[in-house]
Amino acid sequence: MLLHRLTHMVSCKEATRLISQSEERRFSLGERIKLRLHLAACTACARFERQLAFMRDAMSRYRK
Amino acid sequence: MDSDPFAAELESHRRYLTRVAQLQLRDRDAAEDVVQDTLFAALTGRDGFSGRSSLKTWLTGILKHKIVDAIRRKQRQPIIASTFDEEVDLEDFDPLFRDDGGWATPPAEWGDPESALSRREFFDMLDFCLEQLPPNTARVFMMREVMELDTAEICKELTITANNLWVILYRARMALRQCLEQNWFSGQARS
Repeated sequence: MLLHRLTHMVSCKEATRLISQSEERRFSLGERIKLRLHLAACTACARFERQLAFMRDAMSRYRK
Repeated sequence: MDSDPFAAELESHRRYLTRVAQLQLRDRDAAEDVVQDTLFAALTGRDGFSGRSSLKTWLTGILKHKIVDAIRRKQRQPIIASTFDEEVDLEDFDPLFRDDGGWATPPAEWGDPESALSRREFFDMLDFCLEQLPPNTARVFMMREVMELDTAEICKELTITANNLWVILYRARMALRQCLEQNWFSGQARS
């Protein structure tokens, strides 16, 4: 129960917003913990995070 | 000029530069103008090219300044602010998520996406997907990801808040991710 509450402090929708924003700004410790806990438990959002990192890589090659 | 090998090499990058400028400015004539300015500046300032970076990177750097100038000039007639408001509807309904904020359509497995990076067709698809973005969303995304301007610079250029910027970039990434998933990573296109 506690674990469930910890990993669900943010919804997937909020998690995706945070993942996107992590490329633009520094997070508070609280935000980092909330996001990391969510990602540890949510395979869909973890996959989303990898896909965004890949897209960033693709865009940097687009430049070259 | 035709016999100048440096000029010929510059010319070979025209298509790429025009594509980048076009995505930024959404105006064919304006894009061709900034590319012309860029190539001219490169030709007359060739001593500034050290050869440490690739020619393409150097040209992209010059283009970046020309585009920022062009956007700045355009900004004097305030067209951007109002159209931004339309594109940045913060309360926009997002069909990807359920009411409780969980995924309605979770991201699909992309397999080994890195292998796409060596394929020209993938970058054609990336171009296609960028063109599908709303004009200002695409412009902001390109400023961030291709021109590598930081948040503060973009906000200043476009007179938008950091919060607006985050929303626009989020929208851009969501749309781009979905477009790539549907058109490239859905299975048949990959193999």
